[in-house]
Amino acid sequence: MTPVQRAVADAHRREWATVLAATVRVTRDLDLAEECVQDAYVAALDAWTRGGVPSRPGAWLTTAARHNALDALRRARTLRSKLHLLVEPEESGAEVPGGPVGEDGRAVPGDRLRLAFLCCHPALAIEARVALTLRLVCGLTVPDIARAFLVSETTMAARITRAKKKIAAARVPFRMPGPEELPERLDGVLTVIHLLFTTGHTAPAGPALTKDDIAGRALDLARMLHGLMPEQREVRGLLALLLANHARRATRTAADGRLLPLEEQDRSAWDREAITEAHELVLTALPGGAPGRFALQAAIASLHATAPTYAGTDWEQILVLYDALLEAWPSPVVALNRAVAVAMVRGPAAALAEVEALEGDGRLARHHYLPAIKADLLRRQGRNAEAATAYERALALAGNDAERAFLAGRLAETAPP
Amino acid sequence: MSERDERTERAMPRYAILIYEKETPGGVDDIPPEVMEANLSAGEKIAAMGARVVHEQALEPSSATRTIRKGGLVTDGPFIESREVIAGFFVVEAADLDQAVAIGRLLPIMDGAVEVRPLLAV
Repeated sequence: MTPVQRAVADAHRREWATVLAATVRVTRDLDLAEECVQDAYVAALDAWTRGGVPSRPGAWLTTAARHNALDALRRARTLRSKLHLLVEPEESGAEVPGGPVGEDGRAVPGDRLRLAFLCCHPALAIEARVALTLRLVCGLTVPDIARAFLVSETTMAARITRAKKKIAAARVPFRMPGPEELPERLDGVLTVIHLLFTTGHTAPAGPALTKDDIAGRALDLARMLHGLMPEQREVRGLLALLLANHARRATRTAADGRLLPLEEQDRSAWDREAITEAHELVLTALPGGAPGRFALQAAIASLHATAPTYAGTDWEQILVLYDALLEAWPSPVVALNRAVAVAMVRGPAAALAEVEALEGDGRLARHHYLPAIKADLLRRQGRNAEAATAYERALALAGNDAERAFLAGRLAETAPP
Repeated sequence: MSERDERTERAMPRYAILIYEKETPGGVDDIPPEVMEANLSAGEKIAAMGARVVHEQALEPSSATRTIRKGGLVTDGPFIESREVIAGFFVVEAADLDQAVAIGRLLPIMDGAVEVRPLLAV
């Protein structure tokens, strides 16, 4: 990679959302804006090779992309697709086409937020929100996104196009939600970023590089959001949660690809810097009224990450946090994870009763963690035959090879000879 | 107004707001007064939001419905049998989908739901 190629790649990763959001203001059309930004990046490679990398690459790209957009609009109005976007006039005064955009030729920071809220709008199906966020906010190519989600490029392209059409047809606005909508809408954005991260974190299959990249992009998004909304405690919570989990990325699987439970992971190989950052964020995300679900999940992840050993983890405190989390977010998956903490504090028999109470919940019917956790609780009580049955059930539901290998190993230990 | 503004300035989009409710034996007479009140005052609140009601209709009980099927067969009752039926609908002009949903939220729900659906722009 030449220094110029690297500069363009860096600008792509760091500035894409800013450049696109500023261009959308001119085109009021997502497709045309995307095309203009793509062309600006192509032009940058050539221009920067000849004239050197500009001191503010983002500003250079924004100017170029908006220039392309104005040209296109002047050349032919027929270029406009039907994906007309509802763009509100900028708060910072009237929009002058080609004129200044916020300070020093960059988009106003709020534009990137608007873009994120647009992509994560509840009117879109969840998989469309995820795909659109990667395409429009992160600037990932359609083939890359398709690879990460194990679907064909055609399928992914159609998914993204459908989402854009829906935005245009239903008139989903390119604007920040009002104060009364904000908590719910922000939670929607955080959920999409978290989902992206877990997709990368425990991807069903596919090349490791793509998975790591997706998790890294989710972390970038969380950082971007934190930079733009530093006062939001749940944003701090999400960033902390991602950091605490990301810190353990090197130890989640053994050399042979087998999944390692938390208990067996080499804690000396965890990323201390990320853990410290997560811990400090948690301290600022918890106080000030009832903490939200991301702050509480981050607090739990941070306690795990800072514990000297698995047995030496502050399980009592984790259980207290789970109780609060269950109140903030009454979900059967949370109740199931809480059962693991119950087992550590009150023993496997008490936890088993709680897991069995959840078995009737239809929302967990396809969830392989339930039989897997049940099996482990039975195994720890020496009830091997029953444990084996539960491991078989978990194996039938698990889709990820590393998890299947782990469960098969446990099954071999517990199955009657 | 610049040339570009004229091109991008459009009439406000329209949305259908469909009200689904469980049918009561006594029809309109069974509707609690506070629900009636909320329905009646929705118009003012909608206007205050800067949106406009284009149409507003309440429907007779679904028992009065006739359904024409493929092949011309006409039957009594609604096409889709369900506990909740469309009891009324609005057509509104709103700034965007979020505002249309906010309008939908103004309408009281007893047992059913309120559906907000963008109308095809012609």
